[in-house]
Amino acid sequence: MRILLMGSPNVGKSVIFTRLTGVNVITSNYPGTTVEYTKGTMRYRGERVEVVDAPGTYSLDPTSRAEEVAVAMVEEADLIINVADATNLERSLNLTLDLIRIGKPLIIALNLWDEAKHKGVKIDVKQLEELLGVPCIPTCAITGEGIKELVSRLDEACPSEFTYQDKWETIGQIVSQVQQVTHRHHTVWERLADASVRPFTGIPIALIVLYLSFRLIRFIGEGLIGLIFDPLFEHLWAPLMLKLSALLGGSGLLHGILIGELIDGNIEFMESMGLLTTGLYVPFAAVLPYIFAFYLILSLLEDSGYLPRLAVLVDTFMHRLGLHGLGIIPMLLGLGCNVPGSLSTRILETRRERFIAATIMAIAVPCMAQIAMIAGLVGKYGAKGLGTVFGTLFIIWVGLGILLNRILKGESPEIFVDIPPYRPPYMKTVAKKIWMRVKWFLKEAVPFVLLGVFIVNVLYTLGIIQIMGKLAAPIVTGLFGLPQETVGALLIGFLRKDVAVGMLVPLGLTLRQLIIASVILAIYFPCVATFTTLAKELGLKDMLKSVAIMITLTIIVGTLLNLVLPR
Amino acid sequence: MMVRIPLVNAYPGEPCRVVQIQGGRGLIRRLYALGIREGKVIRKLTTQFMRGPVVLDIGGAQVAIGFGMASKIIVEVDR
Ligand SMILES: Nc1nc2c(ncn2[C@@H]2O[C@H](COP(=O)(O)OP(=O)(O)OP(=O)(O)O)[C@@H](O)[C@H]2O)c(=O)[nH]1
Ligand SMILES: [Mg+2]
Repeated sequence: MRILLMGSPNVGKSVIFTRLTGVNVITSNYPGTTVEYTKGTMRYRGERVEVVDAPGTYSLDPTSRAEEVAVAMVEEADLIINVADATNLERSLNLTLDLIRIGKPLIIALNLWDEAKHKGVKIDVKQLEELLGVPCIPTCAITGEGIKELVSRLDEACPSEFTYQDKWETIGQIVSQVQQVTHRHHTVWERLADASVRPFTGIPIALIVLYLSFRLIRFIGEGLIGLIFDPLFEHLWAPLMLKLSALLGGSGLLHGILIGELIDGNIEFMESMGLLTTGLYVPFAAVLPYIFAFYLILSLLEDSGYLPRLAVLVDTFMHRLGLHGLGIIPMLLGLGCNVPGSLSTRILETRRERFIAATIMAIAVPCMAQIAMIAGLVGKYGAKGLGTVFGTLFIIWVGLGILLNRILKGESPEIFVDIPPYRPPYMKTVAKKIWMRVKWFLKEAVPFVLLGVFIVNVLYTLGIIQIMGKLAAPIVTGLFGLPQETVGALLIGFLRKDVAVGMLVPLGLTLRQLIIASVILAIYFPCVATFTTLAKELGLKDMLKSVAIMITLTIIVGTLLNLVLPR
Repeated sequence: MMVRIPLVNAYPGEPCRVVQIQGGRGLIRRLYALGIREGKVIRKLTTQFMRGPVVLDIGGAQVAIGFGMASKIIVEVDR
């Protein structure tokens, strides 16, 4: 048996799903958080039944990929829990009436009941139940109120016998029968809500929010590295590794793989290239602190409800890139990791938009792991280093968007987004979300980092990097002005960008070479995880187009940078 | 006096009664789904610079739609 959660976007389906199944999924305060279905199980009538969390949809006529995913799930459901928004019954009933016509057993959760109360919205639940002929249960998913009753009344779920002719007339009648709204005063939050979408106040607010986010991420990331992770590795781990090194005899195959090379008799965590040295230092000490810092700030932005407002403010600008304002959301998620960023392009309506968004993200939006490593590499040069790298990437992002918008047939649709109220982020939810994303990084990324470090050793030992270096010399050295050994980093970049950036450290590059190499590594190709996700999302043909753009662009940008940057 | 104007020309905060949506079926369906339809009283909160999106208040809920869509919504206002 399969139970499906259906409802408009941002009504709390995913929170209810977690309550029912215990399976953690990402929840945020903006429409379009869930873009893929997730399955879990719960006990029902003494047996395990499947529960499915789907993306939100306003009706059964999908307008985006995410909505298509939701609508496609209806067919296979045996029972539907329609999660309705108690603060906006009228809008929710649109989908409810659609679902009633499907004729499957139905039960309605009137979620956000707490907010409805605050807003002065009163719903006569008994009467609504009688009218529709299916159980209706008020719930507050975030505190868990009503969830028990929802579960205990699943038995009563039944196909509704309610019939109607004119949908909107019917909805109007139902609402006027069961709902009463009493007026109340505007809260401070609501005034702030208005200020953040008015252009005169909104744009300064957006700049302040983005600047603060950036400063906080750097402050927290660097703080964690400098105060905790670096000392841990230097004072605790390094001596241990030196002992192990002595035990292994200071050289040999196993020593090379586990410890790597000693530099002046010492372990250099960024250079030694052993599994236990660089292989652990890169993910845990160099990258993890930044991942944590980024997701802390992102989660706060997501849960407060600021992102859809930012989308409104940047809409006009994003139209120049062939996207509308919501296109900023995959970009922000992509800054954490390009994989969720690629998936989130599903909130966009057309194939054209998804192609543009995925392509400019894969090329010009580096993930946090890569950003952290670049910060470690050129951060000491200040704006001359970091500013040039990220400034170049930003110009590519904008330029490529404008170009694709010009040459691709068709036009991009206008923004169409529901703006949720501001909500204070719940610390428990935020903590859980950070933990899920950090865990994902540990599970999905760390093995690849280790594999990357291992492969570096194999490639060097077999002399493959040296051969590839000679083959690629005309481009890498001739056009980009980089030493042949950079090819090693480019090879490993297919696997993990952070390890690849790390491989630049021992090469003793000049600042201009570091800048060129960092930019090239960001744009030339996505890492394998992003590539496979993109290939699935775009289809093979579009993926190949995207790859052709990447390669052409790499040659042009690398050559230009080599010409323009001062020697 | 009641006058009919495109929603984009309404004053911020002014109550507007929707009288007509001059769009195809697709647009009408999407607007309906967000609660914008004939007879409803809505308010325009703000417009962004350079024909950017329009933020609307529909019975206490906020929605942003493109300038083009908002131009196709004809409303009645008391001037
Ligand atoms: N106050 C309150 N907030 C809630 C309640 N249920 C969910 N939320 C919040 O509403 C927001 C949306 O919740 P989600 O579970 O992500 O919504 P969703 O329906 O899965 O959204 P999509 O995946 O975008 O369709 C989150 O910020 C939740 O914390 C509730 O009953 N009361
Ligand atoms: Mg969800």
